[in-house]
Amino acid sequence: MSANSLQVLAAAGKGESTRTALRVIILCLIAAAAVSSRLFSVIRFESIIHEFDPWFNFRATKYLVANGFYKFWDWFDDRTWHPLGRVTGGTLYPGLMVTSGVIYHALRALTIPVDIRNICVLLAPAFSGLTAFAAYLLTNEMTTSNSAGLLAAAFMGIAPGYISRSVAGSYDNEAIAIFLLVFTFYLWIKALKLGSMLWGALCALFYGYMVASWGGYAFITCLLPLHALVLICMGRYSTRLYVAYCTWYALGTLASMQIPFVGFLPVKTSEHMPALGLFGFLQLLAFLDYVRSALPSRQYQTFLWLFAGGTFGLGLAGLVIATSAGIIAPWGGRFYSLWDTSYAKIHIPIIASVSEHQPTAWPAFFFDLNFLIWLFPAGVYLCFQQLADEHVFIVVYALFGSYFAGVMVRLMLTLTPVVCVAAAIAISTVLDTYLDARSPDPENAKAEEAVEGATKKASKSGLKSTTKPLVGIYSYVSKGVVVTAMTLYLLLFVLHCTWVTSNAYSSPSVVLASKLADGSQHIIDDYREAYQWLRQNTKDDAKIMSWWDYGYQIGGMADRPTLVDNNTWNNTHIATVGKAMSSSEEVSYPIMRQHEVDYVLVVFGALLGYSGDDINKFLWMVRIAEGIWPDEVKEREFFTPRGEYRVDDQASETMKNSLMYKMSYYNYNSLFPPGQAQDRVRQVRLPEVGPTLNVLDEAFTSENWIIRIYKVKDLDNLGRDHASAAAFDRGLKKKRAAKKRAPRVLRVE
Amino acid sequence: MAKSRNNRDVAPSAAATTQASVTSTSSTANITAPAATTTTAKSSKAAAKSSWDQMVLNIANHYTKSTPQRTKLLDAFMAFLVVVGALQFLYCILAGNYPFNAFLSGFSATVGQFVLTASLRIQTTEANKSDFPAVSPERAFADFVVCSLILHFFCVNFIN
Repeated sequence: MSANSLQVLAAAGKGESTRTALRVIILCLIAAAAVSSRLFSVIRFESIIHEFDPWFNFRATKYLVANGFYKFWDWFDDRTWHPLGRVTGGTLYPGLMVTSGVIYHALRALTIPVDIRNICVLLAPAFSGLTAFAAYLLTNEMTTSNSAGLLAAAFMGIAPGYISRSVAGSYDNEAIAIFLLVFTFYLWIKALKLGSMLWGALCALFYGYMVASWGGYAFITCLLPLHALVLICMGRYSTRLYVAYCTWYALGTLASMQIPFVGFLPVKTSEHMPALGLFGFLQLLAFLDYVRSALPSRQYQTFLWLFAGGTFGLGLAGLVIATSAGIIAPWGGRFYSLWDTSYAKIHIPIIASVSEHQPTAWPAFFFDLNFLIWLFPAGVYLCFQQLADEHVFIVVYALFGSYFAGVMVRLMLTLTPVVCVAAAIAISTVLDTYLDARSPDPENAKAEEAVEGATKKASKSGLKSTTKPLVGIYSYVSKGVVVTAMTLYLLLFVLHCTWVTSNAYSSPSVVLASKLADGSQHIIDDYREAYQWLRQNTKDDAKIMSWWDYGYQIGGMADRPTLVDNNTWNNTHIATVGKAMSSSEEVSYPIMRQHEVDYVLVVFGALLGYSGDDINKFLWMVRIAEGIWPDEVKEREFFTPRGEYRVDDQASETMKNSLMYKMSYYNYNSLFPPGQAQDRVRQVRLPEVGPTLNVLDEAFTSENWIIRIYKVKDLDNLGRDHASAAAFDRGLKKKRAAKKRAPRVLRVE
Repeated sequence: MAKSRNNRDVAPSAAATTQASVTSTSSTANITAPAATTTTAKSSKAAAKSSWDQMVLNIANHYTKSTPQRTKLLDAFMAFLVVVGALQFLYCILAGNYPFNAFLSGFSATVGQFVLTASLRIQTTEANKSDFPAVSPERAFADFVVCSLILHFFCVNFIN
């Protein structure tokens, strides 16, 4: 696609206005391609919000649209984190919701009645078009080549690394944050190049918008000072740098502090300190710069030494005093976890348990970026060759981004823009060189041959400047081969992106799809079935206990209060739920009573072979609970003596008695002939006698048994404990199987 | 903000000369202030002392000779901002930072305004012209006003 557009450009684009028109058309087409490639999920499934976090964002957006901005800002949500509640308005990044709210009201004002859900579903694709445009602008700052920007826009539009978080329905903060990230970088480069306060202020405003949208804003907060520092170390301090950086920092920091969730963090936490430190450093440099212009050089040197020594001494003393007085916090666990990737795994299980916080596997780079990943170093190398201020930025960003993409899967997202830009620079250089139809003219050729001869002779003299003018490709064969190869790679890239998008990233995960034997698609809709059941059959304020993964979905789809959700702000509360799940019934029941739990929801994949179920996540629950109650929950006891994690009849007693195990496998035997019960996820045969449940009643099991809901029994009317009551009932059952409850109630009265 | 406006509005008018005599001394004092602290730190070197005096004198001379009147006004404003910022910081240290919002927005208003004024000063200085081919003095002033407006909007919003 891009190669074609290039050829068209070369052929038709003679006049400047034609070129501009073509460029606009190509950009529009790229935006259209970016949007439409993200619509797979809508076409395959339906216009639905995906996964987990988007359900919260969707719910918050609905709240914003229904109640207005001020109520949203002060929103205290008593339907999550049940006894505690959550100050939602002060603990979220409001950018995303406000954006869709504004779009909603704008469309309303234009008398286009659009459902808020459709705006939320399509927000990410719409912003991906803008991201492509921002990548175009950013790349155009780097190179004079016309094609590089367009290529970068095309790459940005369809690179799977970005699509993974921005398909239609993936209504998450990243949906708008990546656009803001790239655009902020563009504005920064622009401000730095022009040394203009206005561009710096724009950069700060978009930085503020970014802070309002995504926690990943710290990436910008660290990258811009790093870029400035590298420039200073290279001896490239300029007044332009001073103007751009100081305007950005002064306005941007204030802007970021407007968000209640960020608040005072920019002056308190260590990840914001580099920006502050460099801000101070730049003031000193500017002062020195001024003094240098005022003094003769000898005096200036003495002055410099005295001044530098004095400042260093003062700064060190200040730092020591502040640290010993406890004003500046020492480096925290978050800092360590960035450098030592296993730190979180050992010390903070709640962070380590999140799948997107795992370190990236090597194949993921190729999967998400395809051939861009091997063009990326070439592009960075080309930046080294020119190495103006903006190229330093690409180099710094590339190093920084690569490191963080290696540490955490989700940060692949921040690497993708720079990979697209660098790869576009590399490809456009190759194409510009090889697509030039003119052969070099003979004089040049002669000169070149002479030079070549010279290099052969003087190859050891190391005079690099003499070897430089070795440019120009003579034969059409080599031109043809290289151009064809590049075109092939580009086409393969498009194929790969389409394939990855349609196969890997377009599943809503709320609705599952499977292929039947005849190849037709079968939709597995257990989640919505169960949530709908909850919505229709339970009291409005029935508290649902589930593992935190499903908290947002229950809140969004079933509209019922939950104990814990994906916000994970209170580790102890999550550990409480983990303890209730991993303990025996006698221990769990008081916990559930104390938290007024009415229903317990578990996800169970054994019948269908759905591997993301609660038994597979169970060890994390155990670990998190163990972190708070090391005496009562012990991870070791959930393993067999040989150290295996099993669910069949070899399973440890603790495992078999845990509430999670019982809830998962309760009544499961009844589906199979005796002794044939099979767990299709763990591929084991289950024990012949299934677990018994005394404190819970099975309330609902979805069609494919993916979701099972249990009702927590009330206290026994006769004051017996539940185990003996259940045993008594079982004894009676043989005589009067049909009647369970009614006679007992009568007898009491 | 209001104060700064007044200052700048006054700039081209006739009152500038009388003000300038005051401002130039105050801003030289501003420059020597950090120098004085470093001298006390290194006062043991008697030989360095004379050259040090020379240095300060040089700077002062250079400043009074080669700085245009308008720039001196900017310097006066910057010195004023430094004083206000230092006062706020002193208050924060001595009397506690209780309304931290208020302190932060007040302090960052002075710091931000200082930085913006410094940027304006840099951009309007004749010697730096080659660094800013795209920025004329008028454009610099317009930028300065816009940025100040944004800054003070955020400060007012943050002050609670």
